[in-house]
Amino acid sequence: MTEIGLGHYLTLAAIIFTIGIIGIFLNRKNVIIILMSIELILLSVNINLVSFSIYLQDLVGQVFTMFILTVAAAEAAVGLAIIVIYYKNKGSINVEQISSLKG
Amino acid sequence: MQTLYFILPELFLSITIMSLLLLGVFIKKSFKLISLLTNLSLIFAIALTLNQPNEIIKIFNDSYIIDPLSIFMKVLTMLFCFFVLFSSKDYIKSNNIDKIEYPIIILASTLGMILMISSYDLIIFYLGLELQSLCLYILASFKRNDERSTEAGLKYFVLSALSSGLLLYGCSLVYGFTGSTNFEIISTNLNESNTGAVFGIVFIIVGLAFKVSAVPFHMWTPDVYEGSPTSVTSFFALVPKIAAISVFIRFMYVPFLNMFSQWQTIIVFLSIASMILGAVAAIGQTNIKRLMAYSSIGHMGYALAGLATGTNLGIQSTIIYLTIYLVMNLGAFGCIFMMKRENIYYENINDLSGLSKNHPMMALSFLIILFSLAGIPPLAGFFAKFYVFVSVVEAKMYFLAVIGLVTTVISAFYYLRIIKIIYFDKPKKPFETNYDLGLKISLIMSSILILIYFIYPSILIDTISSILIY
Repeated sequence: MTEIGLGHYLTLAAIIFTIGIIGIFLNRKNVIIILMSIELILLSVNINLVSFSIYLQDLVGQVFTMFILTVAAAEAAVGLAIIVIYYKNKGSINVEQISSLKG
Repeated sequence: MQTLYFILPELFLSITIMSLLLLGVFIKKSFKLISLLTNLSLIFAIALTLNQPNEIIKIFNDSYIIDPLSIFMKVLTMLFCFFVLFSSKDYIKSNNIDKIEYPIIILASTLGMILMISSYDLIIFYLGLELQSLCLYILASFKRNDERSTEAGLKYFVLSALSSGLLLYGCSLVYGFTGSTNFEIISTNLNESNTGAVFGIVFIIVGLAFKVSAVPFHMWTPDVYEGSPTSVTSFFALVPKIAAISVFIRFMYVPFLNMFSQWQTIIVFLSIASMILGAVAAIGQTNIKRLMAYSSIGHMGYALAGLATGTNLGIQSTIIYLTIYLVMNLGAFGCIFMMKRENIYYENINDLSGLSKNHPMMALSFLIILFSLAGIPPLAGFFAKFYVFVSVVEAKMYFLAVIGLVTTVISAFYYLRIIKIIYFDKPKKPFETNYDLGLKISLIMSSILILIYFIYPSILIDTISSILIY
């Protein structure tokens, strides 16, 4: 058994980050899934920061993580509010139908 | 306590935001009062910023910086925020978006921008960026009952949150591989063999390119500009660009300076791609807000060209370009605000046909602004491009200069097409002429500044030549 080190944590964060990015671009159904993908991206950053913080013996990374958690909550609130008013106007939040602006 | 003196403008703005929110809750229908107070507080904050010492001061454990660059950019941000609010009063009223939140959210996003401009630490930079972006999401979808506005808000939210995520991932990598979030320590710890940090830099550049809407990260710009209410579009086209360009300068020339040879090619690519797309894609547009979006993409390409040179001269030319771009766009949006008949605002380029017969003065100022945007001498827009090209040629980047000149010629085509429609097509019904005072003042001021800039260009150049980055 190999010991779990910094590299493993970074790989995990990179995988979660990639899942988040792919979730935004491949998803053709629901805007809520996009919101979840954005949340995944921010969480992968948090894993990165915390593991770096422990590796470097430096507390700044964990402080940064707390700030990101708060901002992520605010971002989710604003995003959900926008989705709600969009749903009120259009009656659907299907990603494929969000196309009245183009040219 | 001594350090608090240096963040007086920020403190003042944040206290104003909170007290205005309280005021708006307690007094019914207080939109007029609140927008008046917002404008006054912006002027007061500009005065406080100008009052700051003209030297480099680092406070809060070197995480916040006050230097000539940040003072100039902050004044520019608040000044143009003031003019955007000042010129769009009529539009806000007739589109039923005259809610108290509107000026307060604009003020909050301005606070986020000035935090971003002064930040000298990744954490403060990120918090400023998010304060600005969260407010901009709300502003884009501010016309709640309009499908296009909410769609613009949704698109802007998704893409901008994605770009913030990329930028943040870059920040985490840079923190991990250099061991600090402070810009100066990052700068000393970076070297070319640090592969992880190079990845971080690429992610950060991608995130910043999203914010300045440089190609290939421009997809949101035309949709958001077209969908959001015009008053918000004019805000988008002017104010966030200042913060984004200034953060771009700060990031490239303080923490990432040692990696110059690595990021220079990326910036050159972004610049060339933006110039070409801005020139070519605008040709087929029929909606004038969409056209302004492509035009702003092109202009950001020229601004980035100055940034890619790696000299103080190049950075100064970028700042001059940005300043003149702001004045021109303020005028252009002033003209768009004037396209109004019976409470309906028109947005198509064809609605301008024969404008010169009915409104000779408005047509004349539109002519001046469009010629200046196209870069025709002796208007201000020509000098802006001239300074950028001089600095690019002095850095021996001839290829970039040639591409810039060619795209200037191509983009002149679509500006001249609007002038042809204004002056030579059949006149339509006249627009209403009961403009409010703020709109008139902003339009007249920007046209006159563009027109007489060549008489005394040293005012701007002298101010900016004191901005030395390294």
